[in-house]
Amino acid sequence: MSFLQEIKSRDRVFDFLAPQSSRVDVRHGPILYLEDVSVSFDGFKAINKLNLTIDDGELRCIIGPNGAGKTTMMDIITGKTRPNEGSVWFGSRHNLLHMNEPEIASLGIGRKFQKPTVFEALSVFENLELAMAADKRILATLTARMTGEIQDHIDEVLVLIGLTALRHRPAGILSHGQKQWLEIGMLLMQRPRLLLVDEPVAGMTEQEMERTAELLTSLAGQQSVVVVEHDMGFVRSIARKVTVLHQGSVLAEGSMDQVSNDPKVIEVYLGADEEVA
Amino acid sequence: MTSSHSTRFWLLRPFGERTTQLFLGVLLAALALVTVLHVALPQGHALHVNAYTVNLFGKYLSYALLAVAVDLVWGYLGILSLGHGAFFALGGYAMGMYLMRQIGDRGTYGHPVLPDFMVFLNWESLPWYWQGFDMAWFAFAMVLLAPGLLALVFGFLAFRSRVTGVYLSIITQALTFALMLAFFRNEMGFGGNNGLTDFREILGFNLRSSDTRLGLFLASGVALALGYLLCRAIVTSKLGRVCVATRDAEARTRFLGYRVERFQLFVFVVSAMLAGVAGALYVPQVGIINPSEFSPLFSIEIVLWVALGGRATLYGAVIGAILVNYAKTVFTGVMPDAWLFALGGLFVLVTVLLPKGVAGLFAHLRRRHVTQPQEASA
Repeated sequence: MSFLQEIKSRDRVFDFLAPQSSRVDVRHGPILYLEDVSVSFDGFKAINKLNLTIDDGELRCIIGPNGAGKTTMMDIITGKTRPNEGSVWFGSRHNLLHMNEPEIASLGIGRKFQKPTVFEALSVFENLELAMAADKRILATLTARMTGEIQDHIDEVLVLIGLTALRHRPAGILSHGQKQWLEIGMLLMQRPRLLLVDEPVAGMTEQEMERTAELLTSLAGQQSVVVVEHDMGFVRSIARKVTVLHQGSVLAEGSMDQVSNDPKVIEVYLGADEEVA
Repeated sequence: MTSSHSTRFWLLRPFGERTTQLFLGVLLAALALVTVLHVALPQGHALHVNAYTVNLFGKYLSYALLAVAVDLVWGYLGILSLGHGAFFALGGYAMGMYLMRQIGDRGTYGHPVLPDFMVFLNWESLPWYWQGFDMAWFAFAMVLLAPGLLALVFGFLAFRSRVTGVYLSIITQALTFALMLAFFRNEMGFGGNNGLTDFREILGFNLRSSDTRLGLFLASGVALALGYLLCRAIVTSKLGRVCVATRDAEARTRFLGYRVERFQLFVFVVSAMLAGVAGALYVPQVGIINPSEFSPLFSIEIVLWVALGGRATLYGAVIGAILVNYAKTVFTGVMPDAWLFALGGLFVLVTVLLPKGVAGLFAHLRRRHVTQPQEASA
């Protein structure tokens, strides 16, 4: 009888009928895989045959001059922009081009925008509580109770972002840097697999930059982190592997020393930047 | 912002708060005091509270409940409704229809079923929407359902189209204005210009007796306490924090995965129902309901009470409503012509000197007491 049922259940026969698992398949190494991706806006090729592979647990920095396609690349990964050609895979199971923004977000891809937006009237703790992955319908939200498990998760993130002492203060009193960390914390509450971080240290003080570097490096391993950043000093302090984008495709890839000695990179980008030379 | 991240059942959460305990204590003490002074002391005694004053206090309490309803949507959700008078009036009309049907054949024309104004208009029979209002349970259900349904339809259309800010304020204003014009028409079947009046009894109690008035006063007080508790429970829940988040950064809240328009709709409907209850308690105490309650000016006045008392505190709305209406009673008695100037002056003064209202003054004084001076100035 059970044998018959097994034969009858067609999703076992045809692989594509199997219910899509939300688990990300990273057995083959990469968590994010972009192949020959191109997108053009009114004839302008913002991304041109871009190939990029991010390994599971990796911390990757992406640099490049303005207009190199960094933000467009983020938009493609999060589903905001659709490429004209190419393929984008999350793990080896999920084709991101077949999913919309909320679906991609719920798969575990979190994105931090440049300008921090936190809820200023709410406390740091409450900001994290609202960001948590949970049932977000009305009744569930109205009757939600604070369990020990949630409390622990929030405490854990508070320690990571270094805001434990300020947990009950309104987020409005935080400094610019602290708001950025809180925002990263809000992303972490959703237990993401891949974090996309857009210019995290813009407008930060030296000390805040150091703290951010520590935070991002401590996150790598648990989750994969992709950082887009202009500040070369900062990139040097965190990056194990750097990708240089230029005119929508990868110009060079490797360690910071490798790319900063690459003549092509020096010519188009770093040459003008005295900080690196 | 105080918040209890308690593990308690959400409806019981407010009881653990100092502010709520204080509010309920003061309210219940005031109710008890007025009752004792009214019942126990003989008429003519210096401290005796007469039936007229009890009735007046009852009216203030129903206004206070209305102000709490407005503060829920304005203070916590950031929706400045300039049309909450409409929900108040609909609740009032539902109650008025019940009271009209209770008159029975004792009207001027002595018709067994039809209210006087319908006989006067030569109507043959009761319109379909007047059916059922002779039963108290049906009428009381309508007190909640009529404003709730209007808020549901109106809110669904407005929030789904992401109408917010000043545009929403303007269309709420238009809503109440349109309803006022409609209710002025005799053909609507709600008594037109004159509205509904000449009520005799409620649930079998004579509306003109002072005991019934005391009962209505106490009922208004209890309704205010329950309404306050319900709003407080909503505000201290996670849903309340989603509301505040929506108020301050709507797009960000949506990005976190909350269906913002549904939260707005939910809170808007709850607020409209509370306003309806306030209207239903108001009508038997003043003895009349007419289309002037739909007037846009009245809705703006409610917002003034809340602003004066202090936004986003709930108890501030209660203080504001009682304070302004008490001042109105005094002023219109002494110098009727000066009242509007006094109200305007009061509003200007509070906005300039106390931007957070009377409640903000309380909070400031309390903080000064509790914390170090340098923190109090921050």
